[in-house]
Amino acid sequence: MIIATSITKRFGRVEAVSGVSFELGQGDALALWGSNGAGKTTLIRCLLGVVSSRGSATIGGIDVARRGRHARALVGYVPQELSFHDDARLGSSMALFTRLRRVSTGRAIESLETVGLRGHERKRVRDLSGGMKQRLALAVALLSDPPLIILDEPTSNLDADGRGEVVETLQRLRGQGKTLLFASHRPDEVISLADRVLVMERGRVVRDTTPSDLWPTEKPVQVVRLYLEMANESDAADALRESGHAVHLNGHGLCVAVPRDRKAEPISILERRDIRVRDIEVLDDVEIKESQR
Amino acid sequence: MSTIELKRSMFHEAVSKSPSFISGVCSFAKREFRDALSSKWFLLYTLAFTILAVGVSYLSLSGVGSHGFAGFGRTAAGLLNLIMLVVPLMALSAGAGSIAGERERGTLLYMLSQPVSRTQVLLGKYLGLGVALVCSLCIGFGVSAAVLAWRAGGVGVGSYAMLIGFTSMLALAMLSLGILISVVSRRSSVATGIALFVWLSLVFVSDLGLMASSVLFKLRVQEIFALAIVNPLQSFKMGVIVNMNASLDVLGPVGAYASQTLGDALPWILGGTLGAWIIFPLGLSILLFSRRSSV
Repeated sequence: MIIATSITKRFGRVEAVSGVSFELGQGDALALWGSNGAGKTTLIRCLLGVVSSRGSATIGGIDVARRGRHARALVGYVPQELSFHDDARLGSSMALFTRLRRVSTGRAIESLETVGLRGHERKRVRDLSGGMKQRLALAVALLSDPPLIILDEPTSNLDADGRGEVVETLQRLRGQGKTLLFASHRPDEVISLADRVLVMERGRVVRDTTPSDLWPTEKPVQVVRLYLEMANESDAADALRESGHAVHLNGHGLCVAVPRDRKAEPISILERRDIRVRDIEVLDDVEIKESQR
Repeated sequence: MSTIELKRSMFHEAVSKSPSFISGVCSFAKREFRDALSSKWFLLYTLAFTILAVGVSYLSLSGVGSHGFAGFGRTAAGLLNLIMLVVPLMALSAGAGSIAGERERGTLLYMLSQPVSRTQVLLGKYLGLGVALVCSLCIGFGVSAAVLAWRAGGVGVGSYAMLIGFTSMLALAMLSLGILISVVSRRSSVATGIALFVWLSLVFVSDLGLMASSVLFKLRVQEIFALAIVNPLQSFKMGVIVNMNASLDVLGPVGAYASQTLGDALPWILGGTLGAWIIFPLGLSILLFSRRSSV
């Protein structure tokens, strides 16, 4: 579905994406994982042909640089920051995308129903909550029933319930054979949705792996997110890795996979190193079992 | 299914799900027009232009007590100065805020991630804003015509339609320039600043510059005429005066030279200059916008 070859994007002197190559088959799900500034969003924009880049990218065999308009017709895109005209009503926003995607009004209603926004058509976009806006973006992405869905941190504005609903919708889409490419900061999402993970650092792909390899354990685990002073994050990651924990820094704290009955262990390890933990969040129930590896 | 068959079916799916060029442009134009109608700038400019146009019409007629077409001629002269001041400001600021504003809000990125080209987005915005501007002017002219009909007992329909036509061309030319400014500016505040500077230059500075240049460099009359019509506002002014069957002699030796040497070709040259001011900035905008490496 996607073939990316040596995608490189520079902004002035900064190389935001550097020689990224990968292939994504039809029906597969690929997660982009990395800290803020790792190049995930820029890579997505290059793949969509919204920003020009060196290298080549094809979607469904269509060259994005030469036939971007047609390549994008195969993609439903959910951006990181929701970008609808605030004054427009939800119904009229959908009407524009209905015309651009060449689908019927009935299909738009169906799409709104799928994401639970049916009946809100008269509301102005500025009056929608963050979660509703995110669901609206998902409704637009699903309008033309595209074979590929690209999502840039799709649950960043959602609470736990909203996150669960979106993940459930995406799982259902996977079940229908859709191809997914998404950037995420949440290990639970990556584990429950992706077959593969591209770990990015400073614009490069440093690992092409699976979620279970990224958080390896044979016992059921949970992922906890530790919030520390920024200056201590890298020392803390080293200390936890030395103790045998799988750790990932992703710009939103430190994600650590821990056995379910020893969730406080990372805190005591860090206390011994005089690193203070400001806050802790136990992410949604995630189990990585042997069968998934 | 073989790889080639799969690619072929994907391509057919992609083509069937992309809007045609015209339909994509029209979709954006509709949205832009609807947004403009509900925006404060549109209401404010329409109101301001209508009040000023009615004011000028009323005062010019009541001052001389003239009737019929003669009365309209005097009113048109008053309207001409008003149009040259207000219309470029309306169109330049509307154009300048368009692309840069959408870029700043992040909506441009989202639009460009749809199955449309950059040219479709830009042309759609131009058309939508253009139609909104012309509607705004028509409201002003319509109310002003009603005042003329009431006070002077009639309006020279042909001359009035010509005035509306030339004013619409001026608005579209200034909108083109505004969009060009918007394409090259990263922020909408910068675009608005540049648009105001351009407006000031066209309205005030270019006239003074031309006067100073003609004295300093001892320019010949044909050179002064050529330099004058480079300014779309001057082309507009001369075009309206010529088309109202009035003599360009009122503009001094340069006007007299233009009337005598160019004769019947003059209205076409002036209309063509305005047309070029519509086409070239818009064409350049499309070229620059399509070649932008980022949003």
